[in-house]
Order: sequence, then structure tokens, then C-alpha cells
Amino acid sequence: MVKWVKKDLLGLEYLSREEIELVLYTADSFKEVTTRQIKKVPALRGKTVVNLFYEPSTRTRTSFELAAKRLSCDVINIAVEASSVAKGETLIDTGRNVEALNIDIIVVRHSSSGAPYILSRAVKASVVNAGDGWHEHPTQALLDMYTLKSKLGRIEGLSVSIIGDIAHSRVARSNIWGLTKLGAKVTVCAPPTLIPIGIEKFGVRVTSDIDEAIRGADAINVLRMQFERDSMQAFPSRIEYFKQYGITEERLEKAKPGLVVMHPGPINRGVEMSSEVADGPRSVILEQVTNGIAVRMAVLYLVANAKEHLTLPSPPSGERKKVRGKETQFEQ
Amino acid sequence: MNSSTNRYLIKNGRLIDPANKIDGEFDILIAGSKVESVGKGLKNNNAEVVDAKGKIVAPGLVDMHVHLREPGREDKETIETGTLAAIRGGITSVAAMPNLEPQAVDSAGMVKRVNDIAKAKARANVFVIGAITRNREGKELADIKGMKRHGAVAVSDDGASVQDERLLSAALKEAKKNSILVISHCDDRRISGQGVINEGFIATKLGLRGIPKSAEYEFVRRDIELAKKTGASLHIAHVSCKESCDIIRAAKRSHLAITAETAPHYFTLTEECCVTYDTNTKMNPPLRTKDDVAAIKKALADGVIDAIASDHAPHSLHDKDIEFDKAAFGIIGLETSLGLAAAELIGNKTLGWAGLIARMSSNPAKILGIKRGGLGKGATADIVIIDPDKEWIYEGASIASKSKNSPFIGWKLKGRVTEVFVNGTPHPPLSPKGRGEGEGKFLGASLCHT
Ligand SMILES: [Zn+2]
Repeated sequence: MVKWVKKDLLGLEYLSREEIELVLYTADSFKEVTTRQIKKVPALRGKTVVNLFYEPSTRTRTSFELAAKRLSCDVINIAVEASSVAKGETLIDTGRNVEALNIDIIVVRHSSSGAPYILSRAVKASVVNAGDGWHEHPTQALLDMYTLKSKLGRIEGLSVSIIGDIAHSRVARSNIWGLTKLGAKVTVCAPPTLIPIGIEKFGVRVTSDIDEAIRGADAINVLRMQFERDSMQAFPSRIEYFKQYGITEERLEKAKPGLVVMHPGPINRGVEMSSEVADGPRSVILEQVTNGIAVRMAVLYLVANAKEHLTLPSPPSGERKKVRGKETQFEQ
Repeated sequence: MNSSTNRYLIKNGRLIDPANKIDGEFDILIAGSKVESVGKGLKNNNAEVVDAKGKIVAPGLVDMHVHLREPGREDKETIETGTLAAIRGGITSVAAMPNLEPQAVDSAGMVKRVNDIAKAKARANVFVIGAITRNREGKELADIKGMKRHGAVAVSDDGASVQDERLLSAALKEAKKNSILVISHCDDRRISGQGVINEGFIATKLGLRGIPKSAEYEFVRRDIELAKKTGASLHIAHVSCKESCDIIRAAKRSHLAITAETAPHYFTLTEECCVTYDTNTKMNPPLRTKDDVAAIKKALADGVIDAIASDHAPHSLHDKDIEFDKAAFGIIGLETSLGLAAAELIGNKTLGWAGLIARMSSNPAKILGIKRGGLGKGATADIVIIDPDKEWIYEGASIASKSKNSPFIGWKLKGRVTEVFVNGTPHPPLSPKGRGEGEGKFLGASLCHT
């Protein structure tokens, strides 16, 4: 097995297949811990985790908080309100101030894509991306893959359809990176207005036909429709969306018998999915929540003991101009 | 150098003076602020001799698209620091865009105010561009006539387009009546919206809002059409994509009075540079694709794009060192414009030196209608001397501009400016230490390659 060296988890784009497998493998041993009578190990005793959330998210924050506590970390939650951002402290200032409290790991949720990258360049602490804009939500994708693997025994060769607002979904992007690296065949399905330009370059099949996305799939991952936000302009109404793209028992009649239904939560019942499906036998939605803790324990455990800053491959085109630094590094 | 003599003889250099169709070994004699004579083997005549052997002697470069920020945002740049940066880059004349904060240059009084500061502080010539609309709000026309009378060389709402077609049409008519150039920043906000980088796979991958190329070229098309109807002279600023080049090429074929510029970043960088969320790759218009870079080079080579201008846009660290979608657009460019152009265009044989000097000096001077960009007898002695093959490293610590927002820090550039004369007076472009010579130190601030 590979050794984990990265101090941060910023996204699945820059993880190798082996690194993803290492997280899932590590999560397995923590999963066992979470089923014990005493659900706590001293793995990270003395370490401190800060949940730095620029967007409210009770679920993800709670999951990270529990994961940290079960590793015997101290945990601090900082909810940065939009108003205090307006007052002027920059992300980097906040990050450095948090770090001055001798924090080991910063778990960051932010509405701006790339914010964890900017933060990770400014601090020595580990940075774990808990969702940035439309960009990535790596721990969600890792827990989705963990759940799939424990349900179906493998990822390689599976057909997985991601359904919903692909354009504005960080869950979709992280799942695409992770699943394709592990050898799954990925289909994305959305109304044409919610399919972002160039998505096929990720190596996925693209369709706007919901029945086609369900047919032959081993699993479907149904995204939350954010009608109060971005999805709004693209689709006329919730009811209309449910009629055309909602996952219902009737729609699933033509599905493979063993189809697994996932959803990152919180569910909009009657928008992207009917209650019968959400609570039905194919649904693994609550298992995802449970597995999320083990996966996040694995992530915190791995990054806590690593030092290496992200090394990005240089963009493929053209001639290299840099005088020094064969690879582009965030470390300075 | 002893400037009290005020006579300089630049000898043995390769004089490139496209306006006078000169490219060869000629000496040039400066007396006071003027060129006294140009010829072979000129006699010393009490002048201080500047040996330019192996170097290029050319009319000082003219950068027709610069943001100097003064008066108003002296924290980002002043006329003094901006023109000092210009000198470093071999640029002896800049045209200053009117988008000052809080008050744009939209009146005769503001034109005069900028000119007064320039008179007192500027190291290079500053030509003022006035706004098209009052405070660039796109609602009512600015005093184009008054600004022209006080020396404005063009009008532009740069930073934005005049979205209202009827208002722009009225502006073009007013500009024609007053014989003043209109410079269009082409950006249809109905298309670009809240976008921050080029629309496409990279934007999708990074989860950032895209700006379609059509936001630019649809307005290039619209503005050219309006210029055709009104007969006004129109210049298209910072062309960034292939489609705009094609539209301008067609317009020039039908003999319209259209000119265009591009900026060095549009022929050196692509959207791929944005993948690290380095905000020094965020500009407006955004960096495009490899195909667009090729199209820009072709358009420069065949004269569809007339000029290279830096779009020097200084921003302080706190406007740049933040989230990508919240960061300011734009980069500084006065000190790197020539070095990038030489490395990228001459290095790849897109242009020869004569072609490059035309696009960076005589062409922009002609477009603006200023008496610069040529070195005939009696011309103003604005001169740059360039060591053409000298490579140098653009170092963060050496930047003369007050702001340091450049993606090119640590890059190896070509064509070193060794001497600059402004109005006959030498302005040393280098610090005594010989800034940036020899081995450079990579500062690691920028993360961008092509
Ligand atoms: Zn502009």
C-alpha cells in the first residue's frame, strides 16, 4: 500500500487511485471503531481540529466534529458569518489567526471555489476541504465510494449515474474524479441547461434522458437541487423538475435489480426523489451518513501525520517558462 | 551621464524607425529635446557619445492602454511610479485610462488635473484618455468636446462597455465631430454576467463562472457596425480571442477606420494557467485557449492587430490575495511588455524586430494621433535602446510599480532595455545594482506556465 504524504485534502483531482484506495482502506478500520461500545480511539490525542465554516452546514460539520472527537482530537467550530467577512478580515487572515492558536487541522467549507487552495498556501496546518463553491467536496465523494464498495464489493467496472444539477455541484465533480480513477463508468444526467460546458472531457457519458441514466446503472447518486440558489434560473419549478427528473418507483421499474440509490443529503422529497425511493430498500442514504464518520476519521488521521504540500502537474500546453521549480509548488 | 550638455550622439546601433521606413546602422544626434540629425558616421560635435553597438535603437515605446490610478487610488499606483515602471520597460509614452476612483476622467477639469500631476511628477509622457459617459456609468455622454480641447487623445469607458447601443452611437457621432478616437472595451455584460474566467472545461473543472468569448466578439461586431454607420474612428482594446480577430480582419478588408490592440498576456498565457486559482491569472477579458493564442499571434503578424498595449492594471495585495471569484481583475505589465513580446513573438518568429517596434511604438502613436513613435529630424527625442538577445529575469523585488500583481515574476524574458531618453533626457532604466541581470532567483509567487 502507498504511504500517505499529503498534508492537505483539497480535492480528488490530485489524488491517485492508490491514495483513494488507502483512504477507503483506512476508513474500514475506523468503521469498526464506530460500532464498538466505546467509540473512541486515541489516534490523534493532543491534536486540535478547527471546523472553519463560511457556509452553514450542520450535517457536514457534525460529521467532521464526531470524526475528530472519535480520534480524541479537540474540536473548535467557527462559523464565519457573511457579515464579518464583509467587515474585512480576509480568508488568509482568518486562517493565520486560527493557526496562531496552534491548530493542527483546518476543515474549511466555503462558498468560493478554490478557497481551500488559497488557505492551504497561507498556513502550515493541514487543510481539509469540506466543500468549496461548485468545485469539490472530496470527503462526500469518498464516503459515497466507500458506501458503494461496501454494498457492491467493488468500484471497478460499475456503472454509476450522477443525476441532478451537475453544473453547480461540487459533489458531482468530486465523484467524477474519484469514480473514474477507480475504474467506474460514470454517466452524468441533467437537464441540458444544468450540464456544464466541457463536462465530457472528464471522461463521462452525458445525457439528459433520465431513463437512459437509470437503465443499466449499478448505482445512481442523486444530487440535491438547490432551487433557492443556482438551479433556479435553469429550471422552471420544483414540480416540473420532479415530473421530468425525479426518481420514483415507476422510473426504477426498468432499473437493474440490485440498483443502489445514493443521495448526499439533505433530501428534497418530492423534488429530486420520492419518499418511497428515499426510504425504500435500494436506498443507502443513512448508511452514507454513518460511513461519513469513518471516512472523515480516515482523512483526518492521514493528513494529520503528513507534511507534503500539494504538487500540481504543470498544464500540458506550450513551453515551460519558469526559471526554477520543475514542478509548481504551493510551498514557498 | 552629464546631461548639462544636452547633446547625445547614439552611435553604431541598428536604428529601427518604422514611421520613417528605416532599419539599418545609423547614428542619431540629439540636441535638447529633439532629434537633430540621423545618418551614417555622424560627427561627435560636442555631444556625449552613447555606444549602441549590437543594440537596437528605436523610438521610445508607446503603451496606449495603462491604468495609472492617480488621482484617487495612490495606494495602488501613482503617475510617478507608473511612469517609472514604464521607463523600465522602454516605454516613453503612456495613454492613461479614465477609470479613476472615485471620480473618472470625464470632464475638461479632470483632464487638466491629470495633466497637471503628470507635468509635476511623470517620468514619461502621459496622454490622457477621457471617459465616454459621465463617471463611466453608461447613462449620459461625458463632455467629449471639452476633454478634447484640454488635450484628451481618445475617449473610452474602459473596464466596461457602453451597454446602451443608442448611447454609444451618439458618442461615436460626437467623437467624429470632435475628431477624437473612441476606444472600446468589448464586454457584453448580458453574456459575461458574473463570470471570472474563460468559459469551457477549465471553468467547469474549477467550478468558476465562465465568460463566453461571445461576450467580447459580439460587441466587437456591434461596435464596428456602429463605427461604420457613424464614420467614427474606432479602436478595439485588448483583443483576446480568435473570433474578434476574424471580425476585425473582415472590417479592415472593407477599409473601415478600425484599429486594434492586444496585451502580452493574450499571446503568452492560456486559461490553463488558472488551475491553481492564482488570482494573477484573472483578467478581463479572461485568458483564453491555445487556439486563441495562435490566432492573436497570426493577427499580430498580418497586421490585423495594430498594437501591443500592456493594460497595466495595478492592484494591491488585499485586492488580489483573496478568493478567486472575489479578486480584482487585471495585472501590471509596463515592465514586462517588451520582454514578453520579444521572448514570445520574436523568439517564435511571429514578428521581426521592425514589426515589433511598429506595434509597440509607431502604430499606437499613429492611432492616438500623438507626435511620437518616429525619429526623423526634428522629432521629439524619445528613444529606447535595447540589447535584443539579452535574457533577463523579472524579479518581484525589482518591480518599480507600486503593485506587484504579475503572473510573470520569475520568468525569463528577452530584450533588455539599456537606455531610455525622454524628450532628449536620459532616464536610466536600471538601478545602479544592475537589477535582474544574470542569475535570477525564483520567487515562487506565481504559479503560471503556458
Ligand atoms: Zn479594458
